[in-house]
Amino acid sequence: MPDGLQLTDLRFAYPGGEASVTVRSWSVNRGERVALTGPSGAGKTTLLRLIAGILEPQSGSVSFDGGDLRAMTAGARRELRLARMGVVFQDFALMDYLTVAENLLLPLRLGTGATLAHEVTARGLADRLEVGRYWNKPAAQLSQGEQQRVAIARALVHGPELVLADEPTASLDSARKMTAAHLMLADARERHAALIMVTHDPELLPLFDRVVSLEELAA
Amino acid sequence: MNLAGPFHLAWRYVARHRVQTLLLAGALGVVLALPVAVRVLVRTAEHQLRARAESTALVAGPRGSETDLMLSALHFRKGADEALRYSVCDALRDSGLAEAIPLHLHFRAQGAPIVGTELEYFDFRHLRVAQGRMITRLGDCVVGARLAREKGLQAGGSLFSSPEQVFDIAGTYPLKMRITGVLASSGTSDDEAIFTDVKTTWLIQGLGHGHDDLVKPENAGAVLSKDKGQVVANASVRMFNEVTDANVASFHFHGDPADFPIHAMIVQPHDAKSEAILTGRYQGNKEVQIIRPKDVLDGLLGTLFRLEGLIVTALALVAGAAAAVAALVFGLSFRMRQREFATLAQIGVGRGTLLLTKGCEVLFIGVAALLIAFGLIFLLRLLADAVIISGLR
Repeated sequence: MPDGLQLTDLRFAYPGGEASVTVRSWSVNRGERVALTGPSGAGKTTLLRLIAGILEPQSGSVSFDGGDLRAMTAGARRELRLARMGVVFQDFALMDYLTVAENLLLPLRLGTGATLAHEVTARGLADRLEVGRYWNKPAAQLSQGEQQRVAIARALVHGPELVLADEPTASLDSARKMTAAHLMLADARERHAALIMVTHDPELLPLFDRVVSLEELAA
Repeated sequence: MNLAGPFHLAWRYVARHRVQTLLLAGALGVVLALPVAVRVLVRTAEHQLRARAESTALVAGPRGSETDLMLSALHFRKGADEALRYSVCDALRDSGLAEAIPLHLHFRAQGAPIVGTELEYFDFRHLRVAQGRMITRLGDCVVGARLAREKGLQAGGSLFSSPEQVFDIAGTYPLKMRITGVLASSGTSDDEAIFTDVKTTWLIQGLGHGHDDLVKPENAGAVLSKDKGQVVANASVRMFNEVTDANVASFHFHGDPADFPIHAMIVQPHDAKSEAILTGRYQGNKEVQIIRPKDVLDGLLGTLFRLEGLIVTALALVAGAAAAVAALVFGLSFRMRQREFATLAQIGVGRGTLLLTKGCEVLFIGVAALLIAFGLIFLLRLLADAVIISGLR
């Protein structure tokens, strides 16, 4: 059974539109860190959503560790996403009325349950991303940059095997951008997880094992 | 399925939006409590009215509404101003068929009824003085326990009867009454009344008065003329508005007390035969009526229960409508929060968990509404007696 992510003859179009994402063949191994680039509106976010199983392709396959997402039920895809994937959404997807701590532990609380060890991990991630001091503050009261760092920490807290990050440093200043990127890259390496990060930042691209553009994937 | 997560998420949502939550729960709680509250009040009223009515065999009063007479004689509610002559009371006593206790119910002080009666009333109602002593002379009064507590009245203090006509300088002046005691609580309308001798209420009415003794040499300057015991004085003569040990002897009544007014009488026949004779005797009387409070009450309660049924049905319909509105509010709220639920779904939260989260929110608000309803009903049960007694006044 192949390890990591495999995409084959993937084709997706929004209803009434032309094909917005096409991928001939693409693999990302466990432990590999890949930067995904492409012009705005080319379909990078859509591709991440297809990989996460939030969207379903019209044709082709997405499989992770040998399991075909298209063959799974919507519920099974959600469980896979909750337990084995970590997603940093462009809009952060935080719950305004929850504190930083509660947001970080939310996927665990709604999934298998949060343990003390998870809380320690979450606290450590929050400290490293410099949002630990806001531990008990509601997410609504944080700045964009702080919210983005909380979203990064939430994607990593349960030790996912595949991390999908959609421009996770877009709202961060230069120093914090590097801190966040290094943290995500090191985390993927340490845990032998696959990391796909959508980014346009030329400072970050050299840090990845591979840089792939959407055009290349379609060719 | 992990239940703790949805429970926690729902709790955090309602806690974060506590004002809206409390408003919704409060509105639902009040609507839920209303039908029970009506039932509690009606049952308490029934208990209050029935206990008092069953302990009073007959009530006599001027012709008019039987219900008004019952409520004024038993609960001191101010009714019509029609009065009987005191001689009717004497006539009843002289008949040898019953004991009669007069009640003068026209005046008030600090919003509470002043009940002019005789000492027999206290024995009849088993009222005892908890603080101070019983009335001993003209101008004395004792007050009910609840009234004393609410108005801070105590033995040794005083009370002014309410002025009847504020702008009539020639009218009756308020009388300053000496509070000699506070009655022990009885849980009845007696707790909220002021009791005095019937003669004191006649004094308030202006049928008697006290003033400087014109026979004394120091008041000779006030005498205009003397003719065969008829003394005419000028306006310098001091009228007393308070009965004291020093001036009590100067108080006197003009006219025959037999003609003085009373508003009702409690009549205790010696036996069933006496009761039958008395009720028969006064059946055709054009001035006096004798009623059995229990019979009048049965008629009143019959109407009350019919009304209660209608009100409870109406309130149950209102509760149903409120539940429908609440369902709509929840529906709209969940629709407005679609983005939030979509976010949770994107993270990987299952449909069942989302439904459970919504269910927990509804449950929290429902439980809060029930707690508010129970709290209101508990509070009402504590206050029901006082509410009913005040309402009867």
